Amino acid sequence: MVDTIVFVLAALVILSGALGVILARNPVHSALMLIMTLFGVAVVFVAQEAHFLAAVQVIVYAGAIVVLFLFVIMLLGVDQADSIETEPIGGQRPAAGVVALASVGLLVLLAVRAVQVSSGARSTSSALDGEGTNLEKLARVLFTDYLFAFEATSALLVIAVVGAVVLARKPAAEDVQDRKGVGALGRTRSGSGR
Amino acid sequence: MDVDATWYLVLSALLFTIGGAGVLVRRNPLVMFMCVELMLNAVNISFVTFARMLNDTGGQVVVFFVLVVAAAEVVVGLGIIVAILRRQPGADADDISLLRG
Repeated sequence: MVDTIVFVLAALVILSGALGVILARNPVHSALMLIMTLFGVAVVFVAQEAHFLAAVQVIVYAGAIVVLFLFVIMLLGVDQADSIETEPIGGQRPAAGVVALASVGLLVLLAVRAVQVSSGARSTSSALDGEGTNLEKLARVLFTDYLFAFEATSALLVIAVVGAVVLARKPAAEDVQDRKGVGALGRTRSGSGR
Repeated sequence: MDVDATWYLVLSALLFTIGGAGVLVRRNPLVMFMCVELMLNAVNISFVTFARMLNDTGGQVVVFFVLVVAAAEVVVGLGIIVAILRRQPGADADDISLLRG
């Protein structure tokens, strides 16, 4: 009974937040609605006994990623409202609605089918129930079976940081001069040596 | 465990579709990016549901990796958006057509 109430409330929070993200005119409101959805998803994780993931969801998504979004919105000064009444491409919205309805129908069919089909094969090596907390089991699997993938993600994060620095850096003054001299084609970024 | 796994998957399907419709309809690059995050979260819900259903930790580990990749993707994507909007203030998705050829 309690589970059902929690699920219904979390689903309402998630879906209304998601609709808020795509319907809000102001990007700041979209970002705040995104936080609401992410908290709802964290509640769903707790309801399904993924306690560690719920904590990570709140810390990484709601704490870091949305703050990064808000930083960029404020940094670029694009926090004024968009005009969403005008439709630049004729018939785009009805077409998007048809695609959305069709895909939700297909995905629900797929979900029902998946629940029927996959009820037989249960894990034997890394079971979720049994001794120990959720965090212990997750850590054991992560640092044995998925160790290589875990190390690869650390490399991925370093590369992402370097990429972000390179992308967001303002070109140096003489760099701009060089480009003007070379003309419209310019030079490759690596050619500037910095 | 009152709630059947199917309901979680239906919730995930609805969330994924809302995110997908947002990517199709909105033209502000930042809002499109947020809609991609919605789609990633929908997939995470279904992974956690299958992990519970099949009693396997692997599903939750995949969600962990999705979180890491999403963080990296947001950093690089926002860097690209900042770089584009610095050259072309107020650009939306229709203005960014340099690669069209």
